[in-house]
Amino acid sequence: MMTHPFRLVLCLLSVLTGILLNAQQATPMQTIQSGTFTPLYGSTEEGYVKVASFQLDRFAVTNAQYLDFLNQNPSYQRSQIKGLFATKSYLSHWKGNLDYGDLHPQAPVTNISWFAAKKYCECQGKRLPTLDEWEYVAMADAQQMDAREKTAYNQYILAWYETPKTYLNPVGSTPKNYWGVYDMHGLIWEWVFDYNSIFLSGESRKDKGNDENLFCGSASINASDLMDYAAFMRYGFRGSLRANFTTKNLGFRCAKDL
Amino acid sequence: MKKISLLFIAGITLLFYHCKQANTAEHTSAKPTEKSTVAEAISDLSIYNLPSTWTTQNGKEIELKELQGQVLVMVMIYTSCKAACPRLVADMRHIEEKVQAKNKDKVKYILVSIDPTVDTPERLKAFAQENKMEGNQWIFLRSTEDNTREFAATLAVNYKKISPIDFSHSNIISVFNTKGELDYQQEGLGIDYAPTIKEIEKQLASLP
Repeated sequence: MMTHPFRLVLCLLSVLTGILLNAQQATPMQTIQSGTFTPLYGSTEEGYVKVASFQLDRFAVTNAQYLDFLNQNPSYQRSQIKGLFATKSYLSHWKGNLDYGDLHPQAPVTNISWFAAKKYCECQGKRLPTLDEWEYVAMADAQQMDAREKTAYNQYILAWYETPKTYLNPVGSTPKNYWGVYDMHGLIWEWVFDYNSIFLSGESRKDKGNDENLFCGSASINASDLMDYAAFMRYGFRGSLRANFTTKNLGFRCAKDL
Repeated sequence: MKKISLLFIAGITLLFYHCKQANTAEHTSAKPTEKSTVAEAISDLSIYNLPSTWTTQNGKEIELKELQGQVLVMVMIYTSCKAACPRLVADMRHIEEKVQAKNKDKVKYILVSIDPTVDTPERLKAFAQENKMEGNQWIFLRSTEDNTREFAATLAVNYKKISPIDFSHSNIISVFNTKGELDYQQEGLGIDYAPTIKEIEKQLASLP
């Protein structure tokens, strides 16, 4: 264990390097007012879920911000991270442990596992948003708190699903929504705290059978409109994740209790 | 100006402290292994890498890695559950009864609560008694909601609160080897648990 004076020096040093290196400012947060809504899945017995007021990062976490985190937490660097916490594809599109290469510093960090995202937020004194919180904020467009019935809102999301490599764009590339939050759609997919709270059919995962790969399609057969399809994609995607998985278009942002 | 930079430093120190604190906790939790003469490094895929602490049905605080060297059979339940959990609990009891091997005392049957607010140690203890799971081989655990979610994520168990007293959840029984690595999982209710028993016996047989 570190002795106290040593720890103090280390701490001071890190504060100094923090000042020198900390070109990254903490992501500003928006206050999201409480409310209720009916999610595509996971509604309670009452048929809706309640979301308490909270704060959400205006932007997803960027490559540059994540680099800062890695400097301070070497055990989360690509060559150090434990297999329990991330598969080999973790940050695999970076050039090195502390080098994101040609990627835009302000582009969202992706190829991140749930464990890593959770840890990052904890280090900022924040947490990952819950699935319900995320969906609640994501149902807004620029004008309305709940734009899910609007054709333009759905067309926008579906058009994004068809656009390749949007994860290379800097954060803030899409219009801010009703809550002053950017890029809930149009940039990346995002981790949520309880991504593993999805039940697409019944209580047992076994019920899903072996159709995991066909899943998005097969689950949306009952969908009655485009809105359902866009949401099905998100829920289906989350349902296929494991906490150590990473993908090239999956990043995260942090939230905080009020 | 000076005030502002001081505030800035204080802010950064706070931020940093928070993070380092978490790190320190990790280091501390790694300490007993470093000290122990067995000194076997925890493998990359081991659940003993999880830094969380848990409370048993006897009110004892433990870290998972204190269970090192034993075969672990784990399931996530909650005590007010009326649907699936009784079946899962019965499955666990049957598995425990059926396992035959020379190192039978090296296996722990662990029931982890997904409802830590309701499932206090006292309640878990009562549940253990009701279900005749009182030997040393039975461990009931609860922790914070955060640690519970993390543990479930590690086991690929899904759960969601659907009413003040009910959760939906995956029905998965997991077997871990003595290094804390996930070895085998059975999924679903009312399935044949013979393969699970076989797997536990295989793990026990490989012990010295």
